[in-house]
Amino acid sequence: MTQVSMTVNGKSVSGDVEGRTLLSGFLRDHLSLTGTHVGCDTAQCGACVVHVNGGAVKSCNMLAVEADGAEVGTIEGQAATDGSLNTIQQAFQDHHGLQCGFCTPGMVMSAAALLKENPRPTEAEVRKYLEGNLCRCTGYHNIVKAILAASGQDVSSIAAE
Amino acid sequence: MYNFEFEKPSTIADAVAALGDEDAQALGGGQTLIPTLKQRLASPSALVSLSGIAEMQGVCVEDDGSVAIGGATPHAVVAREAAGSYPALAALAGQIGDPAVRNRGTIGGSVANNDPAACYPAGVLGSGATIVTNTRQIAADDFFEGMFSTALEEGEIITSVRFPVPQAASYQKFLQPASRFALVGVYVARFADGVRVAVTGASEDGVFRWSEAEQALSKEFRADALMGLSINPMNMIGDLHGSKDYRAHLVAVMTKRAVAACL
Repeated sequence: MTQVSMTVNGKSVSGDVEGRTLLSGFLRDHLSLTGTHVGCDTAQCGACVVHVNGGAVKSCNMLAVEADGAEVGTIEGQAATDGSLNTIQQAFQDHHGLQCGFCTPGMVMSAAALLKENPRPTEAEVRKYLEGNLCRCTGYHNIVKAILAASGQDVSSIAAE
Repeated sequence: MYNFEFEKPSTIADAVAALGDEDAQALGGGQTLIPTLKQRLASPSALVSLSGIAEMQGVCVEDDGSVAIGGATPHAVVAREAAGSYPALAALAGQIGDPAVRNRGTIGGSVANNDPAACYPAGVLGSGATIVTNTRQIAADDFFEGMFSTALEEGEIITSVRFPVPQAASYQKFLQPASRFALVGVYVARFADGVRVAVTGASEDGVFRWSEAEQALSKEFRADALMGLSINPMNMIGDLHGSKDYRAHLVAVMTKRAVAACL
């Protein structure tokens, strides 16, 4: 077992893990932060996307020991401490950017990473950035719309399809 | 996945020492290796992470104008930091996988793995790059030895890859949208002394140079110069995503697109 310490959503945490423990497993099983979803467990679906030192990564495809000393951000750290949604989450709610909600944590974390890099993306840039996030309700249209709205752009002309 | 010892050295020398243990395996960004371990297709006794070695990180332009990329540099960093010095290579790095994969996957990991459908081998072979390891320098032409096979010895680490910068270059990737690998990808690089064409995704022997196209393009650098040239489908990969004939056809199409993009 190896002791790992990291900052998760601004709080210092540590735990003893095996070499093979995935970051997703550490977050879910050791810290009970089950908002990070494990969908495919093959690094394809993106439901497990979290931020590590500011960049989006698939936490099911990164060892917990590799995140030792890192700043990790998860979906639980997105809303304010009083539970009020952040701009991206609110936009997902306003624009019906989710159906079953399973992919949503990864979608929100990818969207946050995108808007940090590119605060006013085009629709094509949003779709391109979400290539590693799969939604099996086929809800992409409203997800894209929500992210554009969260970036402060007018989405009234984007018709629901 | 089976458990393993984990080590994260901070120098190349310590990494080489750690890899001296029997069944120890180097870990780059893990974007291929971790799924492989999950499937129990590999069971190393120890993983030696290369991500803590500062001298293996980043992109720098050498005195002779070549671009050197540290072996542990993630694709996203190459896409950003090489955009000015070698735009075609930066564009290739920016097309690998998806954004989250590009934040972890590394050039050294990709090149050492030599997946027959990976993007980097085409950029490395097409540029005539030099693979620098802890013990030697290997020309790209001598490095790739067939599907998942390279000239690397046991425990040898790619510390950097050095790219001569061509006058013009382009990577054209026909995406396999489920895997995000190349169904066929072609890297064309035009140098003062000739043109190099490297093809990934297509051959059962992994990345290869299309020498007939190189000769034709070295004489006349136009897409039309490729008229009448074709790839023998015999050694192409044929699978549910595309037949041998389909891939052979795509090689010519993507080569023409790459040439057009250079002009």
